[in-house]
Amino acid sequence: MIKKITTPDDLIRIKKQTRTFEKVPEKGVHVAVGMNTCGMASGAKETMAAFRESLAYYDLDAKVFRTGCAGMCFYEPLVDVFLPGQPRITYKGLSCDGVSRVVEDHILGGQVVENWVLAQTVVGDKRLPGIPTYDEIPYCRGQHKIVLARCGHIDPEDIYQYIAMDGYAASAKALEMDPEQVIDTIRRSGLRGRGGAGFPTGLKWQFVREAKGHPKYIICNADEGDPGAFMDRSILEGDPHAVLEGMLIAAYAVGATRGYIYVRAEYPLAVERLRKAIQQACDLGLLGPNIFGSDFSFDIRLKLGAGAFVCGEETALIASIEGKRGMPHPRPPFPAQNGLWGKPTNINNVETYANVAPIISNGAEWYAAIGTPDSRGTKVFCVTGKIKHSGLIEVPMGTSLRKIVYDIGGGITAGRAFKAVQTGGPSGGVLPEALLDLGVGYKELAEAGSIMGSGGMVVMDENTCMADVARYFLSFTRSESCGKCTPCREGLTRLYEILDRICKGNGHADDLDRLESLATTIKDTALCGLGLSAPNPVLTVLKYFREEIEAHIFEQRCPAGVCPDLVWYRINADRCSGCGQCRRACPVEAIVGRPKVPHEIDRMKCVKCGTCLEVCPPRFHAVECVSGQVADEPQAVSSER
Amino acid sequence: MLQAVQTMFGYVPREAVAQISKRLRIAPARIFGVVTFYAQFSLHPKGRHTILCCQGTACHVRGGGTLFDKIKNDLNVAEGHTTEDGRFTVERVYCVGCCSLAPAVIIDNTAFGKLTPGKIPDILSRYD
Repeated sequence: MIKKITTPDDLIRIKKQTRTFEKVPEKGVHVAVGMNTCGMASGAKETMAAFRESLAYYDLDAKVFRTGCAGMCFYEPLVDVFLPGQPRITYKGLSCDGVSRVVEDHILGGQVVENWVLAQTVVGDKRLPGIPTYDEIPYCRGQHKIVLARCGHIDPEDIYQYIAMDGYAASAKALEMDPEQVIDTIRRSGLRGRGGAGFPTGLKWQFVREAKGHPKYIICNADEGDPGAFMDRSILEGDPHAVLEGMLIAAYAVGATRGYIYVRAEYPLAVERLRKAIQQACDLGLLGPNIFGSDFSFDIRLKLGAGAFVCGEETALIASIEGKRGMPHPRPPFPAQNGLWGKPTNINNVETYANVAPIISNGAEWYAAIGTPDSRGTKVFCVTGKIKHSGLIEVPMGTSLRKIVYDIGGGITAGRAFKAVQTGGPSGGVLPEALLDLGVGYKELAEAGSIMGSGGMVVMDENTCMADVARYFLSFTRSESCGKCTPCREGLTRLYEILDRICKGNGHADDLDRLESLATTIKDTALCGLGLSAPNPVLTVLKYFREEIEAHIFEQRCPAGVCPDLVWYRINADRCSGCGQCRRACPVEAIVGRPKVPHEIDRMKCVKCGTCLEVCPPRFHAVECVSGQVADEPQAVSSER
Repeated sequence: MLQAVQTMFGYVPREAVAQISKRLRIAPARIFGVVTFYAQFSLHPKGRHTILCCQGTACHVRGGGTLFDKIKNDLNVAEGHTTEDGRFTVERVYCVGCCSLAPAVIIDNTAFGKLTPGKIPDILSRYD
């Protein structure tokens, strides 16, 4: 039987007794492998197994730990090596073959393996020459970690390590305050909902507290459906207790007794870690009856989503928890008055809850000092797409897009030109280069026609076609529309059809006006957040990239060389050496030519898959993707992709 | 409950819907309404392995579409369907949260990232 925690002193006792893996005993060796979904997809499981095997072979007194994601997904698998009295050394991209080198040279020989080393974390004044610290890596400079502070520093499946890093201390503190004081602290911190809409969290809690009805419920929205956003998954996988603790404090503040976490079934690892975390918290008495010896009781249940984007909308999510079709209903009544099972319900996003404990610990003023007057604190963004360093970053609100894309993200891949950044998932907008100096914040992004959303950021380069991007988002939102209200169900499909014919070169002259009026109408009349924001990509593309759409309609030309119906491929005879790579790779045998003689593409057979462009050796650059009408002088788009 | 059925059988058989309807006194139409609403439920048996092709934004701009076509082409199967030998079911999903490794596919809970059409045959050959 595990001894339950009944007083804050119990927490301090556990904190003193527990070592995180960052504290290595004398003569010991600790190795920590990043084991989030992204790490595992890069082979972290194999790396971990190789370490176990290799360390056992040398009979070393070593322990291998799993940890969460440090946000640098492009460097996965990431491995930390801790030796007593030495700085922590982080290795990047360490696959199995590198493991034996690290064990032999570094752990046994004391020599850091330079091929894979990424950074050191200095302990005391001992610093190894020639290796940068985290602050000296451009990706980490400019970041401010509050929500992600513990990710990558603890084993997410071990509650003791969370407590060792001051976990649950905030809930002990909160339970000694009045619920009103807790709400007041959150309100003064200026925390706003991180799920998309940006509603002030403290105000929401107050509504639920004041609402009549019993029991009250707490819901954590972990139905992260936005393509291009995975911060909730990373938080749940890397630091699940931070979310549980945030929910616990919220429950105490609003007077709720039961909480639900609605998590996507597409995130099996997050579900597993949450399940373990809830179990451990129950075992220690941090969830359940009489928490910290008070008369406050709270428990949490997991609900698995079943794959419906609209369930991220709060009223739809509540319907889904009740076992119904996840369809939204008009508000008011708001969930704060009439939520789950008709009772007052507080619903926040994963990242919002993860912000709660740090605010309680450090005070509202500390949090409010970060960010901009309108948007306080930090925000986690997932920077992905055609960018060098794609991953998870946490920056203070107000940081400019340029800083995120170029300084932290490292710029565009393959040295191409920046074209646009899409923020806020499929409901957000596409912002052009002219707006790169915009600081990220709820107000700033809304004024530019986009939204903060959950914080997805997809970077697009010159080889991305904006008409195709708009069509892509519509294909997503129209298939995820629940079909309850007409503007969304019919309107989005019509928008898609218009964009589809534009991409195929069959656009009409008045399509631009039609798109605009239809999109505006949907925005004015749809029922829930999905429909209200789904036209955003279309509207921003029309606003900032109108010329490109016009090229599709009036010249049957795709300037980026993406839309298959508007491009064709040719081989530049001056550059082709007749190596035959494209001829062999072509799936439809459309390329003809004898060895060492320039090849040709039979345009009647070509299906425009682009394989020839991909396989043509860079030193020749002979295959070109061309867009424009055949009779005119076509405009070469690119000879590489 | 439907999720348990889906996990156990790999799909939701019509008989199961009839049973649930009887026991819980809920009209079958209501249950079918829920089953068809969510992408996770299927009314048809699935193959031994399920390939989820990510068509999220990041995967889309990094060539997820071509990858999807290649898989469907190689296996000679349409989206949402199962190969004739019952080996694979190919499905489209919007974002599996591996955007930094785009384009990605997930086969039976194992994620493969940074894929190109050329890597597909090798990966598929590992499953039978």
